[in-house]
Amino acid sequence: MSTLLEVSGVSKTFDGFKAINNLSFRIGRRELRAVIGPNGAGKTTFMDIVTGKTRPDSGTVLYGDKGQSLLAMSESRIAQAGIGRKFQRPTVFEDQTVRENLTMALDGSRGPFAVLWSRATREAAHRVAELAGEIGLDGTLDRKAGELSHGQKQWLEIGMLLAQNPKLLLVDEPAAGMTPAEREHTTDILVEAAKTRAVVVVEHDMEFVRRLNCKVTVLHEGSVLAEGSIDHVTADEKVIEVYLGR
Amino acid sequence: MSDMAVDMGRRRPFVVRHPSVLIFLAALALFTVGVTILAEGFGIGVISTSFVKTLGKTLCLCLVALAMDLVWGYCGILSLGHMAFFGIGGYAIGMWLMYARTELIVIESLAAAPLPPTPQEISDGIATQIFGVVGASEFPAVWAFAHSLPLQLAAVVLVPGLLALVFGWLAFRSRVTGVYLSILTQAMTLALSLYLFQNDSGLRGNNGLSGLQNLPGLDQVPQSVVSMWFFWASALALGLGYVLSAWVVSGRFGSVIRAIRDDEARVRFLGYPVEAFKLFIFTLTAIIAGIAGALYYPQAGIINPAEIAPIASIYLAVWVAIGGRGRLYGAVIGAAFVSLLSTWFTGGQAPDVNLGFYTISWVDWWTVLLGLSFVAVTLLAPKGIGGLIDLLTDRVSPDRHGADLGPEPGALREKEADR
Ligand SMILES: Nc1ncnc2c1ncn2[C@@H]1O[C@H](COP(=O)(O)OP(=O)(O)OP(=O)(O)O)[C@@H](O)[C@H]1O
Ligand SMILES: [Mg+2]
Repeated sequence: MSTLLEVSGVSKTFDGFKAINNLSFRIGRRELRAVIGPNGAGKTTFMDIVTGKTRPDSGTVLYGDKGQSLLAMSESRIAQAGIGRKFQRPTVFEDQTVRENLTMALDGSRGPFAVLWSRATREAAHRVAELAGEIGLDGTLDRKAGELSHGQKQWLEIGMLLAQNPKLLLVDEPAAGMTPAEREHTTDILVEAAKTRAVVVVEHDMEFVRRLNCKVTVLHEGSVLAEGSIDHVTADEKVIEVYLGR
Repeated sequence: MSDMAVDMGRRRPFVVRHPSVLIFLAALALFTVGVTILAEGFGIGVISTSFVKTLGKTLCLCLVALAMDLVWGYCGILSLGHMAFFGIGGYAIGMWLMYARTELIVIESLAAAPLPPTPQEISDGIATQIFGVVGASEFPAVWAFAHSLPLQLAAVVLVPGLLALVFGWLAFRSRVTGVYLSILTQAMTLALSLYLFQNDSGLRGNNGLSGLQNLPGLDQVPQSVVSMWFFWASALALGLGYVLSAWVVSGRFGSVIRAIRDDEARVRFLGYPVEAFKLFIFTLTAIIAGIAGALYYPQAGIINPAEIAPIASIYLAVWVAIGGRGRLYGAVIGAAFVSLLSTWFTGGQAPDVNLGFYTISWVDWWTVLLGLSFVAVTLLAPKGIGGLIDLLTDRVSPDRHGADLGPEPGALREKEADR
C-alpha cells in the first residue's frame, strides 16, 4: 500500500512544553485510522501541523505522489492539495444557510476572480442536495447553519468535508455531542469515505473506535505509544496505564 | 429542491432574483426625476442650485458608503482609510479641472500680446497662476498628466487602486487584522493628509484645489445646468455601484467574503486564499471610493487636505453603522440620512435650543449628538436604520444566547444577524 502522508521526527514546543515530541506517523491512500490518547496528548496539534495551522520546530511532513513537503505551504494551499479537516468544536458559517455552507465547500475553483465569475450550476445544486441527503440535512437546506442543533452542525461540517472531496480527511472528535443513532451513522459515513481516500479520526469514545474496525494509533505526550489493532493496543500495558486505566 | 427550481434559479435575471436591487433602482430613478423636475436647470426651479449640489454630493457619499459596507459590513475589514481614496479621486479630477481652465485663461490673456505665445510661455503662465499661492512657479512632477482629461480620469481609478493594492498586500500578507488593521489604515490616511498639507507637496498645500465647479470651456453654461449634469452622473454612478456591489455579494463570492468576516481561519481550511479575497475587496472598494470622490469634488468646488483627515474615514464608518452594516441599502440610507442631517445642523438652519441657563447651538453640538446616536445605535439597535426594514418584512434575529456569529472581531454580532 503506497503512502499518502508521512510525518517523521516532528516536534513542537509551546512555551517550553513539548506538545509534539519526535512524532512519526504514516497513512496509506485508502486507509481508515483511529487516533486515540489522553487529553493533551497532542492529537489536535498533530492535525494543526498537517493542515499548516502550526509550524513544527523540526521534522518533515511529506504528502502525495511526489512526496511534497507541506511545511512551506499555506493553509489554503494545503487544503487545495486535498487535505480536509473537521474541527473538534463544530465550525460552520452560522450566518449562512446550509446550502451556502455546502456550496462553498464544493471542490472547484478557489481564486477570487474564478469564484466571482462562477455562477450556480445545476450540477453543483444536485451535488449539494445529494450531500444534504447523505448527512440527513435535506429538509434544512435553506435554514441558517446557526439554527442547527449541535449534532446537526457536526453533520454539516462532515458534509462540507465530503463536498471538498479531499484525498486525506482529518476528523477531530466527530461524535462528540451526538446521540447513539447519530454516532452509528457517522461511523458508516467515515468507513464509506475511507474506501476511496485516507481518513484519520481522533476520538475518545472507545466504543466508537471499535466500530470503526481499523488500525489504531495511541498518542501520549506528543509521540506514538502503541499502534495496531484495537485489541492489540487495548491489551498493551503502557496504554492501559496512561489512558484506559484512569 | 426540485430540478425545476434549480432551472428557474439559473434563468431568472439577476435583478429579479434580488428584488431589493430593483426596489433601490426604482427609488433612485424616482428621486432623480423628481429633483430634475423641481430644480432650476431643467425644471420649475423650486429647488435651489446649491441644494441640487448638496443632493448630488450626498449621492456620492452614498456611493462611498456602499464601498465601506462591502469592505467592512461584508468582508469584516474595518478600514478607516477609505475617505483617503475618495480624496485622491477628487484631487485627480481637480488637477485637470484647474489646469485646463487656467490654461484657457492664460491663452486668452496672452492673445493680446504682439507675438503669439510659445508653449513654454503658456506653461509658465499656468504654473504661476496655479502655484503662486505657495510661492512656486514651476510644475511639480505629479502634474505631468494634468493637461489630459483621459489620463487624469485613469488616475481617478488607478491611483486609489494601486495604493490600496500595495497597502493591502503588505497588511494582509502579514495577517494584520482587527484593531491593528484599522489603526494602520488611519496611519495611512494621516500620513497622506499631512503630506498634502505641505506646500512643497505639489498640490498647493492647505489651499488645496479650487474653482472645481467651473468646467473648462463651458463658462457660458450656467451652474444650474452643470449642477444637474453632475447630479445625474452621481445618480448613475450610485445606481451602477449598487448593482455591481449586489452582484459581488451574491453567489459564492459573497458567501466567501461573509465567511471571512465571521471566521477567516475556517475559510482557509476550505482552500480559499483569504488574503487574495481581502485584497480584491479592499482594492475594488478603493476604486469605487476614488470614483465617488471624483464626482463629489466638482460639486463641492474645492478640495483641500483637511478633507482627507482621519476623522472623515471614521465618519464614514459611523454612517454605515447607523444605516446598518452588512446590507447595501443600509449603507446608502445611513450615509444619506446622517450627511443631510449634518448639513442641516451645521449649516445653521437648525433652531438653537434655549435652556434658559444655556443655549444649545447645533453648529457646535451636532458632533456630540452624532456621537451619542452612534453609541445608542451600537448598543441598542445594532441593525441600524436598515433594521426598520426587517420590521416590515418580519425578519427576526436568531437567539444565540449572546454569542457572535464567528470568532473574528469583525464578525456579525448576534443582534445584527437575521434568521
Ligand atoms: N497554540 C498553543 N499554545 C500553547 N499551548 C498549546 C497550543 N496548542 C496546544 N497547546 C498545548 O499542547 C498540548 C496538546 O494539545 P492538543 O490540543 O493537541 O491535545 P489533544 O490531544 O487534542 O487533547 P484533547 O483530547 O483534549 O483534545 C496541550 O497541553 C495544549 O495545552
Ligand atoms: Mg483535541
